[in-house]
Amino acid sequence: MAITRAEVEHLARLSRLALSDEELDRMASQLDVILGAVERVGEVAAGDIPPTSHSVPLTNVFRPDEARPSLAPEAALSGAPASEQGRFRVPRILDEE
Amino acid sequence: MTAVLDDVLARWEPVVGMETHVELGTASKMFCGCSTTFGAEPNTQTCPVCLGLPGSLPVANEAAIRYTILIGLALNCRIAEWCRFARKNYFYPDMPKNFQISQYDEPLCSDGWIEVGGERIGIERVHLEEDTGKSLHVGGSTGRIHGADYSLVDYNRAGIPLVEIVTRPDIHSAEVARAYVTELRDILRTLGVSDVKMEEGSLRCDVNVSLRPRGEQAFGTRAEVKNVNSLRSVERAVRHEVGRQAARLEAGERIVQETRHFHENSGTTTEGRSKEEAQDYRYFPEPDLVPIAPSREWVESLRASLPELPSARRARLVAELGLPDADVATMSRAGVLDLVLATVAAGASAAEARNWWLGDLQARANAAGVPAGDLGVTPEHVARVAALVSSGDLSSTLAKEVFAGVIETGQGPDEVIAARGLRQVSDEGALAAAVDEAIAANPDIAQKVRDGKVAAAGALVGAVMKAMRGQANAATVNRLILERLGG
Amino acid sequence: MTDLTRLSAADLASLVASGEASAVEVAQAHLDRIAAVDDKLHAFLHVDAEGALAAAAAVDGARMTGETLSPLAGVPLALKDVFCTEGVPTTCGSKILEGWRPPYDATVTRRLKDAGVVILGKTNMDEFAMGSSTENSAYGPTRNPWDLDRVPGGSGGGSSAAVASYMAPLGIGTDTGGSIRQPAAVTGTVGAKPTYGGVSRYGLIAFSSSLDQGGPCARTVLDAALLHSVIGGHDPLDSTSIDQPVPPVVEAARQADVSGMRIGVVKEFSGEGYQPGVEARFREAVAVLEGLGATVVEVSCPHFVYALPTYYLIAPSECSSNLARFDAMRYGLRVGDDGTRSVEEVMALTRAAGFGPEVKRRIILGSYALSSGYYDAYYGQAQKVRTLITRDFDRAFEDVDVLVSVTTPTTAFRIGERTDDPLAMYLADLCTIPSDLSGGAAMSVPCGLSPDDGLPVGLQVMAPAMRDDLMYRVAAAYEAASGGPWEAPSL
Repeated sequence: MAITRAEVEHLARLSRLALSDEELDRMASQLDVILGAVERVGEVAAGDIPPTSHSVPLTNVFRPDEARPSLAPEAALSGAPASEQGRFRVPRILDEE
Repeated sequence: MTAVLDDVLARWEPVVGMETHVELGTASKMFCGCSTTFGAEPNTQTCPVCLGLPGSLPVANEAAIRYTILIGLALNCRIAEWCRFARKNYFYPDMPKNFQISQYDEPLCSDGWIEVGGERIGIERVHLEEDTGKSLHVGGSTGRIHGADYSLVDYNRAGIPLVEIVTRPDIHSAEVARAYVTELRDILRTLGVSDVKMEEGSLRCDVNVSLRPRGEQAFGTRAEVKNVNSLRSVERAVRHEVGRQAARLEAGERIVQETRHFHENSGTTTEGRSKEEAQDYRYFPEPDLVPIAPSREWVESLRASLPELPSARRARLVAELGLPDADVATMSRAGVLDLVLATVAAGASAAEARNWWLGDLQARANAAGVPAGDLGVTPEHVARVAALVSSGDLSSTLAKEVFAGVIETGQGPDEVIAARGLRQVSDEGALAAAVDEAIAANPDIAQKVRDGKVAAAGALVGAVMKAMRGQANAATVNRLILERLGG
Repeated sequence: MTDLTRLSAADLASLVASGEASAVEVAQAHLDRIAAVDDKLHAFLHVDAEGALAAAAAVDGARMTGETLSPLAGVPLALKDVFCTEGVPTTCGSKILEGWRPPYDATVTRRLKDAGVVILGKTNMDEFAMGSSTENSAYGPTRNPWDLDRVPGGSGGGSSAAVASYMAPLGIGTDTGGSIRQPAAVTGTVGAKPTYGGVSRYGLIAFSSSLDQGGPCARTVLDAALLHSVIGGHDPLDSTSIDQPVPPVVEAARQADVSGMRIGVVKEFSGEGYQPGVEARFREAVAVLEGLGATVVEVSCPHFVYALPTYYLIAPSECSSNLARFDAMRYGLRVGDDGTRSVEEVMALTRAAGFGPEVKRRIILGSYALSSGYYDAYYGQAQKVRTLITRDFDRAFEDVDVLVSVTTPTTAFRIGERTDDPLAMYLADLCTIPSDLSGGAAMSVPCGLSPDDGLPVGLQVMAPAMRDDLMYRVAAAYEAASGGPWEAPSL
């Protein structure tokens, strides 16, 4: 199954990566090779095998509902590229989700 | 408009499904210990986890899981024996990790139902996820998202546990849509799992609406109306969509599957993101959280702990109180059902209790802007006053004065009656002198009564009442007057 | 005067505890060593001399007031830059986090500090731990102390190079596909990947959440075990943390006895693509273990050959989601915010500028593997094969106590040799990946120098989950009998 340049472009947009044409070309050809290699997993007959999402045999790990101290607001905002009125300042948003 | 809508509804059947988001009333957030108190200063209830800082990890809040199971049980759902959280991947600035921890194909609760006004509405699923932060849009003219220069984000709300309740497309009118949300809200309130304040955003609705020709089975293309945030808006949004879609369909146009935004002011919807270019959310099991496997013992103990739900309670009260369905529903909505019950328990009849709590006392509560239960009038007070009215010791007018006194002074009805001398006088001996005086003082009126104008006796009764500062038993006075004047 | 930088962590800790050397002296000696040689190696991204000396002084103060010191108090350590350190730069080897100072400590960081371990600084790594050579660091590669033209392995090449070159007796790495063990093997040091869930991931900047595991780097097996004990154990802040005591790894390292143990040699990990000198040293190591009284059998794990493709679907999928948070909104780099661009454009420009090529490749690959339409064939299928690989381990461990293999098919390769060929680079992790997928414990211990190039070779020991003690027992027994240590050439 080959990956097309158009698919790579779509995935880049989905992943918020502004790739140049040159990068897209290179990425498409590299991914094609890598996919060719990883497709080998398809050789394994695993139809009725349960998938593993977690390797630890744990369930029901919960935290009691207790409020704990939060970060000081200065600490919360300490890494912000821009802030204003105690809030994170971000560029204009085009559409509501 | 109504006429037009009726006309439309004659040809088209609305098909409505609801997705309701409920913020749970836990003390701490879904995956971290930050407080959930509403209205705090921006970003003061945040930590590495709910800010999505690199390296931070979620740990699920036990109470949130428990509340979700309670909701599922109250909605007659099946509770999963094993399920996982999943990541829903999409970029948005109010979502700190650019994925939302949610549930995908393994919801905690599924396949339930709820009865609304005699109709059964299927519940497809109830799942648990985390809320997002809130953006403030700056610049431009309107403070709205479009045309803003930039936005300011507050993550206090990010990570508050959010339950999503999804119905099957079983609703076929705006009224039932509203009634569904009303019933759901009452259930959630009864469970004590959320403060269900629509105005604070703790209960939010997305409404999916489509039309199909009457008699048709296949579904039409639906539009999803987002963020419909009051009961009235739910009804208006459905009405508007029905009208809009019918107009399009009848003009030969097709309905676009899309997200639409509801506008409170105009009651209309406008188009948002088209679903045809919808995101691929790339869901996958959340590796940072281990599966949830509620033991059957736990589920059964939660089932046993369920409070009596509004529908069961209403049915029981209709039977026990002998009051009509509608009355019980009204009392329930007014929040006085418990007071009525306690009043009946204290000795009043159901009708008396209903009349006082829905009538005079409700009016006083509304005027004071407090719940009826906070007036300072107890069910025992009401039962006592009702007994005095039925024994003839109080008129209904006097009874209202007694309640006013109770509210003003904090004293009981008997103390108020004694202090203010409000007891009704029915003793004929005590009334006779006043009646004779009134006849003597108003010979012209007395003559009219003698001449057969019985209605004129009212003026004499009024004179007696005035002389006795309202405490005379009006019926007795009336009888005494007529006896004396041979009417 | 003893050269303090040549001593083991265990020896340094006892010198500090007895007062024969102060923790400040020990820290200063290592800071001096860093100043002298790190220009050549570039193992550190950030040296925190002030913090280290203050932590050392606190240990000395505690000793003087008669407090009982923890077993590694006063011992210096090189911390991989993937762990959050409050107020100290944490970059993950990426431009996108340049200058970020976390407002909190990782649990591993916290436990090190609480144990009086002196954190010298943050070490270089492949960007977001994606790589096998440290060449993917945005801040330039680290060099191998054995040959400055060669890579120190990766992603944790910085910590291993620092330990191998005596800049620190201890290091911390993280292992997702082999990032602790493979650098250990090619730098002639010890590196252990604890059982998944054995060491808290809280504050470890995630690459692939279901695989990432922090662990110790050291020059001796005992030192690694001591460090493992300090950082291991249950953490309520990590839902995947196992609520059991740390396996008795220190006792096992001291016991160092394999007599009566059954050791399985993984049949699939030899042959084509394996450097002859590496295989020769491995066979000798197996013979040593046999000579020590272990029974050695060959074991087949047929699905191990699918471990690499399985890994390269699961890890990129998880990383595509984990790395979404680096979006220029709350921390880190922001590019192109000129007041007119939309949030979407600024996010995309920032991520394009802030991530290196390997990270971008994996994000795209992972997004692809998770897309609707491809999920079942790629991510879903990989998760099923993951189950089969785990079952291979389970079946093997019914018969043997541990499995052994070479840690990596070749010795350290040359800088630049594989940078244009991602698949060749991925092969370095061929033998280490299965334990990451199963969650079991595994470690690499030096087993001499390859006769063909004179560079270090690693012996990998793999143990069942929560039986980390077994691998320490085998590694320590081998270490004692091996004829090592093999010291890196003086720089």
